[in-house]
Parts: sequence; C-alpha cells; structure tokens
Amino acid sequence: MSNPYAKLPGWAEYGLIPLINLVVAFLVAGLVVLLVGENPLNAAYHMINGAFGRGEYIGFTLYYATTFIFTGLSVAVAFHAGLFNIGSEGQAYIGGIGVALACLWLDKTMPWFVVFPLAIIGSAFFGAMWAFLPGWLQAKRGSHVVITTIMFNFIASSLMVYLLTKVLKPLGQMAPQTRTFEAGGQLPKLDWLMSIFGLNLGNSPFNVSFLLALLAAFGVWVLIWRTKLGYEMRTMGHSPSAARYAGIGEARITVIVMMISGGLAGMMALNPIMGEQYRMQLDFVQGAGFVGIAVALMGRSHPAGIIPAAVLFGMLYQGGAEIAFEMPSISRDMIVIIQGLVILFAGALENMFRPAIGRAFAGIGRRSAVAAQTRGA
Amino acid sequence: MSDIAIELRGIDKSFGLVHANKNINLTVRKGTIHGIIGENGAGKSTLMSILYGFYQADKGDIVIDGKTVTIKDPNAAIASGIGMVHQHFMLVENFTVLENVMLGAEDSQILNTSISKARVELKRLEKEYALEVNPDALIEQLPVGLQQRVEILKALYRKADILILDEPTGVLTPPEADHLFRILGQLKDQGKTIIFITHKLREIMAITDEVSVMRRGEMVATCKTKETSVEELAELMVGRRVLLRVEKGAANPGEVKLAVENLTVRDSRGVTMVDNVSFNLRAGEIVGIAGVAGNGQSELLEAISGIRKAVGGKVLLNGQPIDVTAHVDPRDLRDRGLAHVPEDRHHVGLVLKFEEAENGILGYHHDKRYLKGVFLNTKAIQADAEEKIKKYDIRPPNPRLKTANFSGGNQQKIVLAREMERGPDVLIIGQPTRGVDVGAIEFIHKRIIEMRDQGKAVLLVSVELDEIRALSDRIIVMFAGRVVGERDPDATEGELGLLMAGVEGRKEAAE
Repeated sequence: MSNPYAKLPGWAEYGLIPLINLVVAFLVAGLVVLLVGENPLNAAYHMINGAFGRGEYIGFTLYYATTFIFTGLSVAVAFHAGLFNIGSEGQAYIGGIGVALACLWLDKTMPWFVVFPLAIIGSAFFGAMWAFLPGWLQAKRGSHVVITTIMFNFIASSLMVYLLTKVLKPLGQMAPQTRTFEAGGQLPKLDWLMSIFGLNLGNSPFNVSFLLALLAAFGVWVLIWRTKLGYEMRTMGHSPSAARYAGIGEARITVIVMMISGGLAGMMALNPIMGEQYRMQLDFVQGAGFVGIAVALMGRSHPAGIIPAAVLFGMLYQGGAEIAFEMPSISRDMIVIIQGLVILFAGALENMFRPAIGRAFAGIGRRSAVAAQTRGA
Repeated sequence: MSDIAIELRGIDKSFGLVHANKNINLTVRKGTIHGIIGENGAGKSTLMSILYGFYQADKGDIVIDGKTVTIKDPNAAIASGIGMVHQHFMLVENFTVLENVMLGAEDSQILNTSISKARVELKRLEKEYALEVNPDALIEQLPVGLQQRVEILKALYRKADILILDEPTGVLTPPEADHLFRILGQLKDQGKTIIFITHKLREIMAITDEVSVMRRGEMVATCKTKETSVEELAELMVGRRVLLRVEKGAANPGEVKLAVENLTVRDSRGVTMVDNVSFNLRAGEIVGIAGVAGNGQSELLEAISGIRKAVGGKVLLNGQPIDVTAHVDPRDLRDRGLAHVPEDRHHVGLVLKFEEAENGILGYHHDKRYLKGVFLNTKAIQADAEEKIKKYDIRPPNPRLKTANFSGGNQQKIVLAREMERGPDVLIIGQPTRGVDVGAIEFIHKRIIEMRDQGKAVLLVSVELDEIRALSDRIIVMFAGRVVGERDPDATEGELGLLMAGVEGRKEAAE
C-alpha cells in the first residue's frame, strides 16, 4: 500500500526501463538536431557509424569507455556508502602524478609490465590520498564531502598547473607537460583482442588498462557484495541509524570508502597517460570524473551496469566527435547537449516512465491470473 | 433524508498486484460512532483514503446522504462534509491554533479579515462542542491531546458532518483518550457521524455503536457493538482463535544483571530527556517501562544500548561498568551479552533494502561464524537465516527476499530472532509489537516470556499499557524523563494512567 508501484520483473527493471529512457533521450536529441536544421537520421548514422563502424572506431569507443569505467566505479563505491564523491575529477588528475612518477623513474630501464604495477599502485595511492582529506574532514569535522570534493577539484587543477609548468616540465620545452615516456612507460595496445573478432585496431589507443578496468569492476562487485567492509558500507548507505545501532563506525567507513573511491578515480589516469599520450599533459582528465557520476547513475552503481553505461558514454564521445567532424553545423557543444539529455533521462528522470510501465505489467499480471482462474474452473 | 450517512458499494482498489480492497460494502448510520477494526495491512487506511479522496477506487460507488458522489481529492471530500483527523497530525508547528484552523480555508485574500472572521467562528465551535483551546497558542507548545483537538476543530470549521479518526489514541495517555471519547460522545449527540479506525479492541468496545471488521482487504463482518465481544472480534480480525491473555508463571528473579544509576540523557537540542533515572534489572524478570511516547523511554534505551551518549550517570552490565558518558561501541556491548531490539525497526533494527539473510547478521557481522577472512561466508549466513526462519515461523520463508517485502510482524520476528538467538544475558526491547498483527503478537509475547524463564533479564518499553501489564513482573512509569513510580503488574490501569500523565508522580515527589 505504501508502495503504489508494482514490482517489475528484473529484465524490465534493468533492461526495459533504461532502454526506454535512452530512446526518449535520443528522440529529444533528434529534435534538437532538427532545430539546427540538420537531418537527425543522418546524425544518428554518423554517431553509430563513428562509434562502431570500424575496428579503429570501436577501439576509440572502448578507450573512452575504459576511462569511464574507472570514474564510474569510483562514484559508485562512494554511493553505496551514502557518500556523493564529486571529486573523482580531481582525484583522477592527482592520480596522474603516481603514473607519471613511475614512468619517469623506470621507463628507460624496465619493461612495461614492471612499470605498470608500480604505476597502478602510484595512481591509486595519489588518488586515494586526494580523497582522504575530504573524507577525513567529513568524518572528523562534519564538512560535507560534496562541498569539499568540489573544492579539491579546483585545488587539484591549480596544483597540477604548478607542477606541470614548474616541476615536471623538462627544461627548454614550451608545452606544460612531462617528457614523453620511453618504451617502459607505454602500455601495449589490445590489437590481439580485437583481431579475435577480426577487427583492426588502426590508430586507436585501446590498451591493456581496459583489462584492468574490467578487473576493477569485478573487484568492486566482490568488495560491495561479498566482504564485511562492503556489508558495512551498504548498511551505512541505506540507513545511517541502523549502522550506528550495529556498531559500524561512521567515521572509519567514511574515510576508507573515500580512499577506495579516490583510488579507483586515480587509476583512470593510467589509460590516457600510459595508454595514449605517453606523457602527462595539462587537463588530461577532460571531465571524465563528472561523466563518471552519470555512468554510476545510469549503471545503478552496479559494476554490471557501469560497464555498459561506460561503453554508451564512450560511444557518445567517439560518435559525437565523428558527428562534429562530418556535420559542421553541429558543433562540439551540441554533443554535450546530447550527452546532457542522456543524463537527464537516464538519471534524473529515471522514474518518469516507471508508473505507466508498472501499470501495464499489473494489468497483464491480473489478466493472466484471471485467465488461469477461469481455466482452473 | 435517510438515516444513512455514508454507504460504500462494491469498493475495489488494487495497487499493482496488491488487492488492497476487495468489493467492500459499508453502511454507516447517521449520528453513530462506527468502528473499523482490522490488522495492519487489512486495508482500513486504503478504504479511508478512498473516502477522503487520496486514492480513487477502481470500482464501486460512494453514496453520501443518499447521493452518489465522486471524490477526486480531499477538497471534494471536505465539500461533501467529510473531515479527517490523521494519525500523524497535519499541523504547522510554529503557527497558532487559529492560523492552523483557517489554513487553506481562508475566505478572503486579506489576512486580517479572515483572521477576525475565523476567530468568531472558532469561538462558536468551541462553545458548541465544548472544545476549549486557546486560539493564540502555538501548536508546538500544546500537549498532544490538545493538538488532536485542534485537528478536530479544523474538520468542524470546514463544516464536516462526518469525522474520520485514524488510530487517534496511539499518542494519547489513558486519561487523554478517555477525554477524547467524551468529546466524540458529545459530537455524536450533536448529530455528527464518526468513523473510528483502530486496532485496539478495547476502544471499539468502549465507544462504538457499530463495528466493521476488515481482514486481508475484505470486509468480513459488521455488527452492533453490544452484540459482540472482544474475543469474537479478535477471531474475526485474525481468522482464527487468538489467545489474548499471556499465560506466564511467577518470576524467579536472580542477581542484578543491569544496574542503571542516575542516568541523565539530553537530546540533540540539549533538552534533558532522561533525568536522573535509576533502576535494577535482575536475571529472570521482565521489567516494563510504561509511559506515553516521548517521555524519555526511547532515549533511555538508546543510552543503555550505546547509540546515544549520556551526560551523566552509570550503567553496570553484569557488574561491569559501561562508560555511557563517553563513546560506547554497540559491538562491545553485544560481546558482553546485551541484545537490543530497537523501537524503530524500519530505520534502526533493520535495513529494509537488505535481503532477509543480510539483516540476520546486522550488528553480529563481526562474528567469525559469518566470515571467511575479510569475506562474508554467504553459505553460513544463508544457513543461519534458514534456521531462524524455521524456528520463528518467518513468512514467506525466503532468506533472499528483500526485507521491505515482509509484513510488520515478520520483520519484527527477523529482529527478535537475531537478538534472542544469541542467548544474551540482558535483552532490551522497545515496542515489541508496534505495527505487528495480532497473530504475531501472541508469538512474540510467548518468546519474551520464554526468555525470562530461561533466566534472561528483560527490559521492556512499550506505549501499549496492556502489553506492559500483561508481560511485566515489575512496572516502572516514566514521565517527563523521570521515573515517577514503580508498581506491581496488578496495579489498576487507572492508577498507572494517572502516573503516566504525571499527576500522581508530582504528588509522590512532593511528599
């Protein structure tokens, strides 16, 4: 009675509703394209083709998806404990320091598979430390992480400008970036994986950090649903009063969860730095931390949802770039509008179609129940 | 004009797959008090919500004063002369009585004219129905009984001829409830029709003329109150014979298990909620703490169980001190043999979004039995849950089901199973049967007595005085944060009621 929505079967809950939301988002986006005077079907073709049309395009889509899996997991882990980490952006940025240090130190002497684990540890460590401070401030001083993590994004940004212009930039170079890494600081591409499907990777930067992202997604699933810490996190996330009753220390969980979240965000830096550019550039995160929020929302904070959501956003990024290239009247900002619509319908308006679908299902359910009865009689 | 105020014909309502009201027929005579009784989830509230316009019936007619009406929202209900007094008052706390009464029924855009008109009308109503209340008092400064009176005035101000009262006595002391009954009697004499919803059989017997019983969305019986009995009504509600009296032998108190000395607790605003409270709890006895909700019982439980910090006093558990004025880890208390069934199972005792089995380890999730290193031992947790489901007859017997999908009684059994099966030395229980159906109440009461007979010390807090009297071996009465008296369980209800209202207590303190 208190819940007027009927319970939906799993496939409707996790498949049908997100799909309907997505379709509506694209329909509205199509209207926007129409308003600009372009053919929406044409745009849709460029979007899909640009994201999946060729092995190279797929490589780019999955490269972006790798980044979003990390940031999406980062936000999702915090969600489970009832914390809203808006700082994945800054934590990923600072995480880059860990990657850069490992590469700058060992790229000339060691092979990638020695540097990579160190870079993973480094990125996670720096990301975690950047999230530790807001976590600690909330646990001990009551400063809300939503506020502090936003602030820390700005601090991270300024700090990196300083580091990349004054400390990490080689002498005699104009661009605010580190030197280019040697072979030890370059992650191998996943062309062998693509060739299994008969695809050619081309120039795309799809690299082994994708496998790490999948591993991290599995790790997050284990953490949340199969460990004691995950149990405590979820208790706190669903009901802080129940957590207090159960003797789960809010301060301890807050700090630990923020550090795990920051660590995952930090690992995102591996993909662009070691996987694509082979150097750390200014602003290499490019808003991936914020996209992570949308990915986590859309994926319902479950790794099995985050991976497809990340691929979807990878498609929007890669396909969107392709639209902007093919259709000059659609600028890069239009792509942001389309992405915004997806976030709006999949995240904020998630429950818009639920009552109608619930009613439809209830109707079907009752009718079949009645049918069963009459058959029985 | 007929003598029938309301007639419901074939009302049917479903929420998704839940069939909340099945073909309900109900006739309420004018100028009577008509009781509607049923267990939680029987569909009483849904039916009344349809009558008051919160929901629309899928099928059926509502006939008021011989005319079929459509009630599409509460405004339409008010226009048809229906007023509702909600279980949780719909009052603006920092408005005056007058402002609350006229809110939404102002008859002018200019506030001053509305106020003076409303004042005259309110005065008339007060006189006509003997419902005195100071029109300029702020709601937040009024006791609960008076707030309820304001709700009744609100309905009368909107010219209600039919008053619906939804569980009106839950928040009242026995004397306040008696007063309410007198008011309802007067309203009836003035020709008003009253629909009185409750799950307390005694109240039905005390004031109603007719009573309708609902069970699982169906109206199972309507009869004249005079021609029925408590036992018959209980049986109609549950669908089988129920044992209303708890059978228990004499207590056999042993050594002191829990000693509370001069405990003082303040709430987050700094108001003293527990004021210098001392008592002992012995092995093999049940001590009941009686009192109207909000007189410090909740805070007392929270302080003892380590959820809330006390500002002064001592608590000894098994002779060992608990540092109640500093940070207490509830886990530590559990390890030392204290189990706690909290008052609010929805927000404290359970995580409603968890599976049943997950809630079965809440607070005990550090136990090696449930873990493999840092991982949860899901098999062991599952097996443990299945065992408890069997022993406590939790339905449906599915440990993977979300806890929110269990009924109130079964949710409470999940908490009780978790806390009782640890074999604690001291068990503190808040509101063991709040929102629990009659059938489960019987089971829960039996289990509590069994715990006592096993030599456990049980501290029981309940706002249901009947429950306190039926279970306790000693009764402590709290009023305004203080212990105002201790009585035997055979103390009369009147005596306890006066203590709970703070009347007798003040006298005792003065002597």
